[in-house]
This record gives sequence, C-alpha cells and structure tokens, in this order.
Amino acid sequence: MSALEVGGKSIELDEDGFLADIADWNEDIAVALAKTENVDMTDAHWEVVNFLREYYAEYKIAPMIRILTKAIGKKFGKEKGNTKYLYELYPAGPAKQACKIAGLPKPTGCV
Amino acid sequence: MSKVPPAAELAKIDHQPPETPWMGTPVEFRPGTWCYSGKPKVVEELGLPNAREWSPADEDWKLPDGWQKIIYEGFKERLGKYRSLKIFMDICVRCGACADKCHFFLGTGDPKNMPVLRAELLRSVYRKDFTTAGKILGGFAGARELTVDVLKEWFYYFYQCTECRRCSVFCPYGIDTAEVTMMARELLHLVGVNINWILEPAANCSRTGNHLGLQPHTFRDCIDSLCEDIEEVTGLHIEVPLNKKGAEVLFLTPSADVFADPGIYTFMGYILLFEHIGLDYTMTTYASEGGNFGLFTNQETMKKLNAKMYAEAKRLGVKWILGGECGHMWRVIHQYMDTMNGPADFLEVPVSPITGTKFENAKSTKMVHITEFTADLIQHNKLKLDPHRNNHRTVTFHDSCNTSRAMGLFEEPRYILKNVVNNFHEMPETTIREQTFCCGSGTGLNTDEYMEMRMRGGFPRANAVKHVHEKHGVDLLSCICAIDRATLSTLMQYWVPMVDAAGVHELVGNALVMEGENERTTDLREEPLADVEGEDDAV
Ligand code: SF4
Ligand code: SF4
Repeated sequence: MSALEVGGKSIELDEDGFLADIADWNEDIAVALAKTENVDMTDAHWEVVNFLREYYAEYKIAPMIRILTKAIGKKFGKEKGNTKYLYELYPAGPAKQACKIAGLPKPTGCV
Repeated sequence: MSKVPPAAELAKIDHQPPETPWMGTPVEFRPGTWCYSGKPKVVEELGLPNAREWSPADEDWKLPDGWQKIIYEGFKERLGKYRSLKIFMDICVRCGACADKCHFFLGTGDPKNMPVLRAELLRSVYRKDFTTAGKILGGFAGARELTVDVLKEWFYYFYQCTECRRCSVFCPYGIDTAEVTMMARELLHLVGVNINWILEPAANCSRTGNHLGLQPHTFRDCIDSLCEDIEEVTGLHIEVPLNKKGAEVLFLTPSADVFADPGIYTFMGYILLFEHIGLDYTMTTYASEGGNFGLFTNQETMKKLNAKMYAEAKRLGVKWILGGECGHMWRVIHQYMDTMNGPADFLEVPVSPITGTKFENAKSTKMVHITEFTADLIQHNKLKLDPHRNNHRTVTFHDSCNTSRAMGLFEEPRYILKNVVNNFHEMPETTIREQTFCCGSGTGLNTDEYMEMRMRGGFPRANAVKHVHEKHGVDLLSCICAIDRATLSTLMQYWVPMVDAAGVHELVGNALVMEGENERTTDLREEPLADVEGEDDAV
C-alpha cells in the first residue's frame, strides 16, 4: 500500500498505484494519478476517462476494450474508434493506464 | 509493478545449484517472483481466516497465535481424509525422473522448483511430525521443524507450481506433485497466507456468478456488443438467449470469453456455430462462469462455486450441459463435479440433437466439451466449412494441461483444426499431448506483478512455439483454455512476438459458411483474409 498526496490530503493506493477506494476519486486526483503515469491530461484524454467513469457507474466494471473503442468512435468520431488511437493517448495500454486515472479497479480473472 | 528483464537476459538460465544446502537456503522475495496477498475484504467474503493487511515482502506476516498447531491439525486431518496425500508423502524414492520435467525448474534453474524438491518442502515437515524416524532422528531422516522461514518457503514455491501435472507423467510411482501443491495451499489458507489474484476472482464468482464480477446486465451488454461485431463481419444479426427456461442445452463458458481479448473471438465462433446448426440453447447470468478459481483455493470453495452449474441447469429445466473451451473448468467437471455436487439425475445423458450421437462418456456428469460436440458435427458432415478463410494463418495447437492430462482430450481439437485450417504444424512431440508444457501462468498465477516468473515458467512452451515459427512460419497458437488465451498472448509478445493466441472455435467461426451471410472479407478479428489480399495484389 502506498499513498498519493493531493491538496493536502493523503489518498490510499494499492500495490500498483490504483485507488484503493473508488469513492476517493475527483478530477484533481485524476490529474495526480496521470502524473504518476507521465500522462498530460488533454481534452482527448478526458473524453476517455469520462467515458470509463460513465460506463463504470452503470456496469460496475471497466468496459472491455472493444466496447471502449466502439463507444469512443461513436461519440467523438470514427477516426478515434480504434486501439491505435487509444494507445497514442495511453501508451502503457488504455485498459490499465486510463482505468487507473479514472479511479477504476483492475480487472481480475482470466484476462 | 516490477519490470521484466529483456528476453535475451532472461534466457540465460543458470542451472547450477547454490552452494548452501537446500534447508539452509532461505527464500529471497524479489519483485516479479511472487504474487500480492489477498485483500482483507476478499478474504472475509470467502469466509477464510486471518483477514489482514500484509505483504509477502514484509518481515512479519502477522500469523495467528499458535499457527504451527493450526497447520499441524490441518495436515493431520488431510492425511486422514486423502489417501493420496499420505501415499505421496511416503513413497518417493528420489529417483529424479521428475526433476527436469517442470517448466518452472527449466525456466528458473532453481532446484526447489524440481518437483521432487517441491514436494520435499512439505514432506520434510511431514516426517518430523508424523513419522517415527523423523521424530527421533530429525535432520538425519530429512525431517525439519515448521518455522516461519519454512512457511515462507512453502508460500514461495507452492505458488511457483501451476498444478500442471507434467511431472506426474514421468514419475514411476505416479506421484502427483500438483496434489501436493493443492494440499500445501489449503494448509497455507488455514493461517491466512494466500494470494489476491486467486481469491478476488473466487469471491467475485461467489457474489456475481463469474470471476470478472460482471453483473447480469453487464454480462448481457458484453454479449450484445459481441453480437454487433459478428454482424459487422458476417452481416448476420444473431441474438444469444439468456436465462431461457426449457431450452434443450445450457451453455457454460469462462466469463473471459465474453469480455477479454482474444477469448471474445472464440465466443463469436461458438455463437456462429450454434446459429449454424439451429441449436436450442441458453446461457445464464447466474452460472456465468465455466472456470473455477476455487480449485486453486480449497475443496470447499471449489464445491461452492461449482454448485451453481447443476443448480441453474435444474432451474432452467435443460436436458444437458455443453461446456466451452476452458482448462481447469474441465478438471473440476471431469474429476470432481459428479461426486461433489451430483448426481444430476434431473438431467439426461447428453445426445446431440443434430447427429443423434449419445455422449456415453458424459453419462455421469451430463456435460459435453464443445470440441467433442463440434468434432461429432464435422464427422457427421453437418457443418459447411471453408478452411481457406483461415489461409492467412499458419497454426499450431497447444494442449492445455488440464484438458490433456486431466481428461485426455487430444484428438477432438486436432480433428476440428484439420477441418477448418489448411496450414497446420505440430510442435515437437515431447512438448504436446500428455507431455505438453504449461503456459506458465496457470492455477491463478496469471497476474501482472508475477510477470518475470510467468515468462520464466512459460519459457519451455515458448521455445517450442519459436521452433515451429522459424521452421514452418507458424503465427497462430491455438488452444482450448481461457487462461491460455490470455496468458499465451502475453507470453508470445515476450518470447515470439510474431505469434498470436486463439481459441479453436475462433477458427471454426472463420470457416463456417453461414446461410445468408455477406461475403467475408475479414476474419473475426476484422483482419483481412489471405484471398482478399491476393485479389488486391492482382488489381
Ligand atoms: S505440477 Fe507442474 S508446475 Fe507443479 S511441480 Fe509438477 S511440473 Fe512443476
Ligand atoms: S519421479 Fe516420483 S519417485 Fe522419482 S523423485 Fe520424482 S516424485 Fe520421487
């Protein structure tokens, strides 16, 4: 367990630097988490993070990558609806890096 | 998360044992070689003892008071309950036939990863506590006290065994080190020593019906999305029945097949097959998992998670159960299910509604493996197949530890592949069928923080793939296990980057000629077919 200091508050993280409690999340924390991943949050980055959070609110899990690419393509234009685009934004992999910034837990099981 | 050294460096494996005697060589908890501990919330949810925050890297593991006594009692109970354990503790003659058969030994060079020595870690304590010679002679009889260091050693090496049973194939006495590992993990659970990557999926499965923790509406959403993808490729609109009472067949598969790359393409293959033959089937959101991480935990958890299958089959009133491509799922079904949660008298002996074949082999479990089902369809000429649609791929087949060594399923997948693929090459004989090498990440060790050990354990498998890749241009490693589909993809990226992993039914799905479909220009991954590329060249 480690912690992240944001606005004078200490936020608990798990072994891999994911939020221990998704309820802690806010935009400042997202920016701080992005920094730990060397990601500068642009509007395009926020589009993905916001979608992940909306999906999580409804389905209680991060979406599978196909659902993510399709939804981003539908919402923000066909040229964005592919894994290549997502990897440009999140080089360490959209599933893990973008989920971390969105405060979502890691997936488990045969994945 | 620790960084994995580059492949060229990892391939330099030193098989020279350390200078110190094995009992005097303590474990070093280097990142990348062990898994995170179970989160307290998850441990509690499963009703396991000693939930707490701790890490294997800590000096103090916060063991409960009297932990040695707890293990002693647990050991005694299991020696009484499982004759195999008692026999395996007593009869090893240390002939060494198993020594170099374990992928973890081959990939690490660590002598404690020789199956004989792995079992000896437990056996030495058994001798001390349960044999006269060990009680009197101690170290001279190979006996030792259970200390904290011994317990740490157990944790380290019993989570460097994937219960693959390759060693048992070579043991003249049939000693099954996988069962020794299972018992050791059970004992460790008694004092709260565990790993999260097994327990969290098990807890998820108990709560939501599947390892991933997909709730019913999420499960539905994933399936609908995959049906959209099928439509994209074939032009066919197909709906997957869920929780449909009175369907003839209940179809169960690992949840990763509806969620994770590349299992999702295997799933599309199943769905196209069912549509092709007009099968009256249903899937379920209650038993939405074929796999069973309880098998890697303890008997009680395995039994509880498995119970959902028959319970749901009964509720839905189906005749029999069809199971998807998974490894350990079939170990549980084939070797434990009917006595553990059966007999399932309310089900019928499975009969294929298309060919009329009665699956006598499934008389007691009432569950048929999808490769048996599909191979039977092909043999009766019931499928319209165009293997050219897989011509853009050169394929080999990885026998999963469990489907091969736990159920002898060698011919069916190969028969299917022969009919749906034109370019197929086997890996060397000593690395397939009952001698197959594990993916290196089985028994719930498929987690990221353990990556170095996964790449080491998977090295012998990868080496055989590399051989057929270089010799025959193999670029697709097919298999019938969900853990494999995920872990072999990672393994290949590391050791043989030009090779992908795929389920057998993905290739079936590519080859199936569906009524009313659009002309296929891509495979299920939406990658162009060889013929289409050829046409482009001609233009
Ligand atoms: S069961 Fe497999 S992983 Fe375990 S000791 Fe035997 S060969 Fe090694
Ligand atoms: S092959 Fe069997 S008897 Fe020989 S050392 Fe290994 S476990 Fe013991």
